[in-house]
Amino acid sequence: MAASCWGLPELLCEFPALSDKSLRLMRLGIDNGFRDIVRHYSDQIDAATRPLQWFLNTLENAFTNTPWFIVLAIILGVVWLASRSIKIVIGSAIGMCLIGVFGLWEDTMTTLAMVAVATLIAIALGLPIGILAARSDRFQSVLSPVLDVMQTMPSFVYLIPVVVIFGIGKVPGVIAVVIYAVPPMIRLTNLGIRLVDKEVIEAADAFGASSRQKLWGVQLPLSLPTIMAGVNQTIMMALAMVVVASMVGVGGLGKNVLQAINNQFFTIGFLNGFALVAIAIIFDRASQAFGKRLQKHSEVGHD
Amino acid sequence: MTDSSTNASSNNAPENRSGIEIRHLYKIFGPNSERYVDAVQKGMSKDELNDKHNHVLGLQDINLELPPGQISVIMGLSGSGKSTLIRHINGLIMPTAGEILYNGRDVMKMTPDELREFRRHETAMVFQKFALLPHRTVLENTRYGLDIQGIATSKSNPIARKWIDRVGLSGYEDYYPNQLSGGMQQRVGLARALTNDADILLMDEAFSALDPLIRMDMQKVLLDLQAELKKTIVFITHDLDEALRLGDTIAILRDGAVEQVGTGQEIVLRPANDYIAEFVREVNRGRVIRAATVATPLPEGDVALPKLRVKGTTTLELAARKLADKDVRNATVLGKDGRPMGVIDMHTMLTAMVTPAEVDDGDDDLDEEDAA
Ligand SMILES: Nc1ncnc2c1ncn2[C@@H]1O[C@H](COP(=O)(O)OP(=O)(O)OP(=O)(O)O)[C@@H](O)[C@H]1O
Ligand SMILES: [Mg+2]
Repeated sequence: MAASCWGLPELLCEFPALSDKSLRLMRLGIDNGFRDIVRHYSDQIDAATRPLQWFLNTLENAFTNTPWFIVLAIILGVVWLASRSIKIVIGSAIGMCLIGVFGLWEDTMTTLAMVAVATLIAIALGLPIGILAARSDRFQSVLSPVLDVMQTMPSFVYLIPVVVIFGIGKVPGVIAVVIYAVPPMIRLTNLGIRLVDKEVIEAADAFGASSRQKLWGVQLPLSLPTIMAGVNQTIMMALAMVVVASMVGVGGLGKNVLQAINNQFFTIGFLNGFALVAIAIIFDRASQAFGKRLQKHSEVGHD
Repeated sequence: MTDSSTNASSNNAPENRSGIEIRHLYKIFGPNSERYVDAVQKGMSKDELNDKHNHVLGLQDINLELPPGQISVIMGLSGSGKSTLIRHINGLIMPTAGEILYNGRDVMKMTPDELREFRRHETAMVFQKFALLPHRTVLENTRYGLDIQGIATSKSNPIARKWIDRVGLSGYEDYYPNQLSGGMQQRVGLARALTNDADILLMDEAFSALDPLIRMDMQKVLLDLQAELKKTIVFITHDLDEALRLGDTIAILRDGAVEQVGTGQEIVLRPANDYIAEFVREVNRGRVIRAATVATPLPEGDVALPKLRVKGTTTLELAARKLADKDVRNATVLGKDGRPMGVIDMHTMLTAMVTPAEVDDGDDDLDEEDAA
């Protein structure tokens, strides 16, 4: 089968790969080793993920068990507080009502709970990592390729180790979503802090600010618009990931989409897809309007 | 913190206070700056250092005394090292070699904590591009230094309001910097620095970004405040008129080295070299030279002195105007003690006002030019 290859010797014709046998041994070694380690520590892993599990369940129950009109009121209230725009509130109300009318309310609540938890975790992890990266060039140069891998690796691939370690269920789903959604948070926090006006930092130094005072009093407030863009991106990534996460047992809209794909249910697929789009737009508009409001001080003009 | 007194309170009379002393200060920018100190101290030039070793010579052998309670102006063209020099005084830039002494302590040898305390209590800075915090209101910006010191707002707000009022911004306390014009923003910058109640006030081209009229305004604000506060001010500028207007003493910097130090009069009347002579050529000398400088000594014996009296510190321009107003030819000049110290007449004054500067070492370049 070795092709003619212009009559070249085999070494130059086909790339000299490891033998099938050694490849199989390597694969088995890594897989089994990994599995053994996981099995050995399964109790600890369980214990470690229990708070997360509890948090997820509580939030999901809160979302799904509360009467719909109260949840709707809370969502619209939050949107109003964030955006202070009646247009966005009305748009959100229409979107949520349509979701309800088409019978997707409960699944949407499940998805919302998941995305909320994943986003909170991504922010809680991404913010400090981004701050560290902004402070140390060396850390940034190590972190950068890691983030590249996290963002470009097909999301299905890192579902595998997540499933091996955490099994099937909501927790591995959330973890997979967080891995996928955290890079923009880290990147934009890092960028935002690095872009803060050098002169203002120098002024803070000249008045004797400690590095903590500089961080909380100058760098974070001034990079808040960029950081908010990171939060926005993180939410969007999390929403995009819920369909993939449903492959490891996360319920909600993603699961419906997955079933629709498997069974070629055209209408169900699109309805659930649009429900995701509606949530995404609500989140996006509300968080962007919030980010703009944070920048109010940069508006020029005497009043 | 060492035991030497670090709390030179700003109420002290200038005589009891320490000035800032800069000794043999060198700054070389680059990754291996220490390696080239020796060569530079032995006379390697800025260009040579740059060409051969790719390091920038920022400052070379600066020796300056900045007396307490006075405005010391540091002047030079762009890139002469002014910003680098002023940033050494509060340790924003650390020297490659040399000392900066204040109250007997070397800023370079302070630990990070000591340096922070030093910046909080002994120095305040005003920046060319204002460098206000955009997310803080005028009031919050003004009390920034006190916030950093951990002082409660109930205490710091009244202080901040007082200084906002002093720089003429009452009513704007709740505005954000972006809502103010450049001149107003720099008033906030000045108020922020004054609120710190520090003895040393560092001003890096503080007025350079302002329109000429607003600039004159701010210079007046500064002079009025200084007459009362007697702070140790280091003022950077590239504008000779501003330097002459504000400076009790002026140091001229060129390529990171001090070319001449002196009062405005000394520099205008006796420039140390051609470079400075070139610099001061266009100056309105009538506004710089004082009556006492060109007065002729009192005549011997009981001769009657002219009736019109002018203070020795009056500029020639003002003195000439007084003489013209009274339609007299000469006047008595009073010394510091208020007693007559000399006589001045129109002719002397006019001669002094129109004579071009002569270089100290008797260089006759200027005469030749005049002849041509
Ligand atoms: N961090 C740095 N690294 C390398 N070179 C520097 C650095 N900072 C300043 N320099 C150089 O030192 C010299 C003096 O710069 P400095 O900013 O002190 O000048 P300046 O007199 O304040 O000029 P300007 O009027 O433009 O503000 C310049 O040649 C500049 O290029
Ligand atoms: Mg400068």
